[in-house]
Amino acid sequence: MKSAIAGWLRGGTPWIWLNAGAVVVCLAMVCGLLLLLGARGLGHFWPRPVLQASYLALDPPLAVIGEIADSETVDAAQLRFSAAGAPLSGDRVERQLLKLGNRDITGNDFAWILPSLLDDVRYPEQLVTLERREWGNFYGFLSGVLQDGEPVAAADAEALWSELRRRLHRARQLRGEIERIERSIIADINFGMERLRLRERRLQLAGDDAGGEARAIERRRETLDGQYAEIRLRLLELNRQIQRDSAIFRIAGGAEVELPVADIVRAYRPNAMNGFEAMGTYLARLLEFLTDDPRESNTEGGLLPAIYGTVMMVLLMSVLVTPLGVVAAVYLSEYAPKGWLTRFIRISVNNLAGVPSIVYGMFGLGFFIYLAGGEIDNLFYAESLPAPTFGTPGLLWASLTLALLTLPVVIVATEEGLANVPASLREGSLALGATKLETLWRVVLPLARPSMLTGLILAVARAAGEVAPLMLVGVVKLAPAPPLDTEFPYLHLEQQFMHLGYYVYDLATQSPNVEAAMPQAFAAAFLLVAVVTALNLSAVVMRGRLRERYKALEAGSWS
Amino acid sequence: MNREYEAAGLSAAAVEPAPCLEARNLSLRYAGTRKALNKIRLTIPRQRVTALIGPSGCGKTSLLRCFNRLNDLVDDCVISGRVRLEGKNIYSSKIDVTELRRRVGMVFQKPNPFPKSIYENVAFGLRIRGINSRRRLDEIVQESLEAAALWDEVKDRLHSSALELSGGQQQRLVIARTLAVEPEVLLLDESASVLDPISTLKIEELITELKKNYTIVIVTHNLQQAARVSDYTAFMYMGNMVEFDTTARIFTNPVKRRTEDYITGRYG
Repeated sequence: MKSAIAGWLRGGTPWIWLNAGAVVVCLAMVCGLLLLLGARGLGHFWPRPVLQASYLALDPPLAVIGEIADSETVDAAQLRFSAAGAPLSGDRVERQLLKLGNRDITGNDFAWILPSLLDDVRYPEQLVTLERREWGNFYGFLSGVLQDGEPVAAADAEALWSELRRRLHRARQLRGEIERIERSIIADINFGMERLRLRERRLQLAGDDAGGEARAIERRRETLDGQYAEIRLRLLELNRQIQRDSAIFRIAGGAEVELPVADIVRAYRPNAMNGFEAMGTYLARLLEFLTDDPRESNTEGGLLPAIYGTVMMVLLMSVLVTPLGVVAAVYLSEYAPKGWLTRFIRISVNNLAGVPSIVYGMFGLGFFIYLAGGEIDNLFYAESLPAPTFGTPGLLWASLTLALLTLPVVIVATEEGLANVPASLREGSLALGATKLETLWRVVLPLARPSMLTGLILAVARAAGEVAPLMLVGVVKLAPAPPLDTEFPYLHLEQQFMHLGYYVYDLATQSPNVEAAMPQAFAAAFLLVAVVTALNLSAVVMRGRLRERYKALEAGSWS
Repeated sequence: MNREYEAAGLSAAAVEPAPCLEARNLSLRYAGTRKALNKIRLTIPRQRVTALIGPSGCGKTSLLRCFNRLNDLVDDCVISGRVRLEGKNIYSSKIDVTELRRRVGMVFQKPNPFPKSIYENVAFGLRIRGINSRRRLDEIVQESLEAAALWDEVKDRLHSSALELSGGQQQRLVIARTLAVEPEVLLLDESASVLDPISTLKIEELITELKKNYTIVIVTHNLQQAARVSDYTAFMYMGNMVEFDTTARIFTNPVKRRTEDYITGRYG
């Protein structure tokens, strides 16, 4: 018996089980994380049924309309002191979070209720869910459509519904037209005006504000003013047109509310939907999430600017960190004399990787923004002072800060790659009459490319998930414009930008309407994981392609 | 000239061809160790095959790497004495080391083709010298591969990876790569020692063929190989040049006792 156990131990079975167990724990954590984020984030876009009921906790009973957003089981004792004040039985009670919507009318977006006190629960097909440009969701029954304040005749409820949908479609097209004008034409005019102002200021600084150029600026400004007046009229007209329609809804309790059609983003009747229609709505909302601008202080709408900002910043960081890291690694491993100083530098570089990222944020703020940015402003953007151009947090500084943060990773990985290039290949090249530089460029560096990419992958993985330093050097809750557009110089390095990580942080902790923001935060977190994975995968694929070429070498002393 | 050789205890017959490489008083010391080479005196005759033999660690490879100054790359390696190539001291400060390495080509123990195509391997040295004309490159690549007896085996796949070749083919590719830059001397550092017998035979035939145009120095552990391919043999022991003579004489009638012991396998 004893020897059997001893044999079992010596055979290494427990050890193997321990190893396998560790792997299982890791896998479970990763899967659990993705499942949680996916379920809570992606489920958010599915149109949920809306219930109508009377809530018996109050006297007289309160008529409610809303959708169940969440449910939890709590201690009965905990509820005894809460406002519900209902008869309770048992120790544990289930309570549900009811999303009531209509925040502008009732003031409460959400309420915790006890399902046992819900009476007369029905799911009427005629109930409408509205997603609005402001004030969040709205639930109610459609009771009329108005055009210029006059009721539109409709045979029955179905006809009224299709009337509303037609007008919604019209409003959406008008809205598109307005946005197009605001984004391109008015932005162009504003940009031109600002350039004129700066040119004028430059002339003033140079002490020449009465010459021919000043007059040319004045003429150009008049032209732009004329264009602007014209566009303004067109916009006024469009805005008048879009305000033409409104709809009347009957909400819980029987009150009637009039809403402008222009304020409605999407209208659907969740209880009347079949699977396909629900799927269509789901995909439309998901698409909106991925491709639209945020609304309602980020709790609704899309996060395209944040995706865009994250990807731009990581790409810019890669472009900055790779050459710098590779060049530094080449010096350290190829040229630096092997002494205590080189060793010291190498240790320092390794230690830099362990410095908390917020410290880099402070460095970026103090060095890049205040010092470098301030100097740049003084030298090149004197005409726009005191408003800073580069002396303020922005894309360039954020990317530089992250480049600094990830530099050690790239250096260490590249050095490792350089050290792994077989000496026989270097000698082979030197023996053919190549100089050290030629050997480096033609033999050593190409072979070290996979390692460089490994470094870059690690850098991207770290940079894409970093939030803390970014808050100091360029990320904002809501950026008015993406840092890449059609205005010269196209890539606006000085602009602030949105970032998925900060978006999640902001939604989860800084939002005034936490219940409404949470699902969006989960969805954004899921997306952040997806974006980081995509960035990583692209680098891994690139490295794989390179490795293909050197496969035969890898079989040897090569790793 | 003859007097010099007679002074070294060699017969005049052994030095019929003109000298190509000459080492005089050549010493080499790696940092913190004993001398790897001790006042070596050696004259390598032009367009002959000279074999360096001796037990492991006797300094054969160190000596070989002195001829193309590859030892320069080793940190803290101190060299004294002179090495002359066609009468010019290669350790003089006026010498362009890269040009020297082109003139004195080297093939290593393990085949070390670059992870590029066969074509680019051969063209490597040419491109470094600034030869980029496609026609010129094609021409030289073919000539070099033919000279290395590899052309027929690879002419249909010049642009596939050199790493797909067998060990023996890789070694001949490395020789072709070295020949492409038109060296005067070829140094072969145990270049056939890790190959199978057939590949070894091919390399040996190649050496015999190449000696018409090149001065060849080989380092080998394989005494039969030295006997088969070389015209002259130098026996080294513990960093010293023990005996240098025609191969026939070294293998049949060595002067020194130590040489005889080594040749007959009684080395101890």
